Amino acid sequence: MTTHRQPRLAARREALYAWAFVAPSLIGFLIFFAVPSVRGLLMSFTNWDLLRPAKFVGVANYVRLFGDADFRHALKVTGYYVLMNIPIQTTLALGIAVMMDKFSKSTIIRGILVLPWLLPNIVVALIWLWLLDPTMGFLNQIIMGLGFQRQPFLGSIDQAMPTIAAINIWRHAGYTAILIYAGLQTIPKEVYEAAAIDGANEQQMFFGITIPLLRPVLVFVLVTTIIGSFQIFDTIAITTKGGPVDATRVVYWYIYEYAFVRFKMGYATTISVALFVILITITFIQMRYFNANSSDLD
Amino acid sequence: MRSRINALALALSIAASMLLVACGGAAAPAAEPTKAPDAAAATEAPMATEAPAATAAASTDAVTIRYGLWDGNQQPAYEACAAAFTKANPSITVKVEQAGWGDYWNGVQTGMVSDTAPDVFTNHLAKYPEFASKEQLVDLKPFIDRDGVDTKQYLAGLGDLWGRDGKVYGLPKDWDTIAVVYNQDMLDKAGVTVDELNNADWNAKDGGSFGQIIKKLTLDANGKNALDKAFDKTKVVQYGFIPGGGGGAYGQTQWSHWAVSNGFKFNDGLYATKYYYDDPKLAETIQWYANLNLVDGVAPALADIKSLGANALFTGGKGALTTDGSWMIGSYTKDTKFKVGFARLPKGPEGRKSMFNGLADSIWVGSKHQEQAWQWLKFASSPACENIVGSYGVVFPAIQSGVDAALAAYKAKGLDVSAFTAQATEANGTFLFPVTDHASEIGPIMDALMDSIMLGEKTAAAGLKEGNDQVNALFK
Repeated sequence: MTTHRQPRLAARREALYAWAFVAPSLIGFLIFFAVPSVRGLLMSFTNWDLLRPAKFVGVANYVRLFGDADFRHALKVTGYYVLMNIPIQTTLALGIAVMMDKFSKSTIIRGILVLPWLLPNIVVALIWLWLLDPTMGFLNQIIMGLGFQRQPFLGSIDQAMPTIAAINIWRHAGYTAILIYAGLQTIPKEVYEAAAIDGANEQQMFFGITIPLLRPVLVFVLVTTIIGSFQIFDTIAITTKGGPVDATRVVYWYIYEYAFVRFKMGYATTISVALFVILITITFIQMRYFNANSSDLD
Repeated sequence: MRSRINALALALSIAASMLLVACGGAAAPAAEPTKAPDAAAATEAPMATEAPAATAAASTDAVTIRYGLWDGNQQPAYEACAAAFTKANPSITVKVEQAGWGDYWNGVQTGMVSDTAPDVFTNHLAKYPEFASKEQLVDLKPFIDRDGVDTKQYLAGLGDLWGRDGKVYGLPKDWDTIAVVYNQDMLDKAGVTVDELNNADWNAKDGGSFGQIIKKLTLDANGKNALDKAFDKTKVVQYGFIPGGGGGAYGQTQWSHWAVSNGFKFNDGLYATKYYYDDPKLAETIQWYANLNLVDGVAPALADIKSLGANALFTGGKGALTTDGSWMIGSYTKDTKFKVGFARLPKGPEGRKSMFNGLADSIWVGSKHQEQAWQWLKFASSPACENIVGSYGVVFPAIQSGVDAALAAYKAKGLDVSAFTAQATEANGTFLFPVTDHASEIGPIMDALMDSIMLGEKTAAAGLKEGNDQVNALFK
């Protein structure tokens, strides 16, 4: 309401600066997100093999998607991964963050924790691929040295997905912990002191104070990690390529397979649009459910 | 409102300036047409005289032809060819570009879209029909007729594989067959002779005498072989046989020889529109093949094979026998710590059968120098180049004189590769690689199904029926 009273010139200049600051990401958004998204959406109504002109097929690709058992399987496999990845990773990260907050504020430890996250995904996947190799992997050498049967890990239908989830938990838990740790710093110490005076124990303080006050940070962490988790691709591309059989053929790998192995761009973009709708829905529900925009500190 | 317009103008001007900077960077070198420091830049110059009737030396401008191949072992051979070619045609330089199988095909296909595919590239029978149907390959027939190239000079049948509806999409450069690879030390220790191996028979019920040899060559930690009642298949230290994996749609080095020698046929020939994957003869073959690991324990599990590859397991001394293609001879014999030999495929119910596959060079329609590309392709599939390639002893060229050169080169290395050549020349000893449409879709379908059979998730009969339905649905 006060902006009315300000001199027009100042307001104009302010707006100008604002646009100048926003411009780089706005341009990036338009070129790298908005335009490709619209093109992708249009593409999903065609059959296109990249080399010959696209053929308009109406909603045929969407009709096909609803009857596609492989797509449903890909969704199931992806969901299985998310359900393994997110709870373990978040719990682990929360634990690490609380421990750090309690026992050590060392920057070195924080540095070590984010180290796996700083490594390129491809490198992480390759290292683990070798460590977990069924025949000559380091881990299997240890397992055999202890007198157990060696494990196929990424080579078996049952173990492949949990193994990939474990690799990515290893990579992301430290980084997630740092985010939560930062959130812990925003909780005023007086609240804990007051609780202590009232005779609350550690457990009560954790569930009564820490968790509720961390909510905005936790929601941010959950929203971003769940979206990231649904987009699992690079680890799979390096280690299992969707296999064995279809045990790790997640939605992103399925899209890749249609786009760049089978060269069916139309159907590949149709799956992408479906995934987009699913992610938007999940995020919307999360934001509503967790009331992300308000904090209990207010 | 006006402020918003101004802001928009600012944003646009920033965007425009960014675009200008981007364009400037790319445009700068092109703005100096007089310099042309390297051959690549010179290729941009328009061709003044592209007389259709002219043969070599159609233009005196220096041109660089990019030539793609995936087999790193063959790169030195083709670089030698390229040098010989440039010597005879000083205005044309050939740049040989190599990338591994997977990256190679991705690169070719995306290169066609982005206008950066090589001028001439090594083509495969599973791939070319789709490129041809997408109009990406130059029809070589007019060039062949014009220059009078003798297409009869190639070994039986190889040339015919590369044509469709009177058009020709490639000239053959090499061929390959399959044979049994053996570890001489392990044979000696088990008391199996090479003669026994060469005369073995096979059937899908119990593996025949070849199956017995596999068992004899499989040892557990207690030194018992798989013929022994006390054999412990959970503690195998030496496998009798190392399968090459599930083999996907064609099982070229994995199961095609077993299946066809059992009476199976893939389809009704060139450009067939129906596959017969549901043939019970294939099902019993594949079940035998999968059971080597699943039931008998005489072969490693699929996970082990996938992690290292059959070749590495074999050269690492994990097993006594495997089957593989003639292009792999070098990979088995180079730097291997034990003596490796090649034996004939066992005699199945229908005799010995090997897939006969051949590669050819094709010209991409997007090539800006099709005449020069043709000159190179013609040279690469002529005796002059194929003899050079043969002399490297890495592959069997498609012309007999090249094959002779290759045999001499292998002999000089102390290798007996007659198991491959005898198979190729034997009456009815070979069947051709299945060439049909939809190969890039058949691949993923059959890969997954074959793996699920190998892992024991599905029986061969059920899995192959499922695969057959999915594959044949592609042709409807």
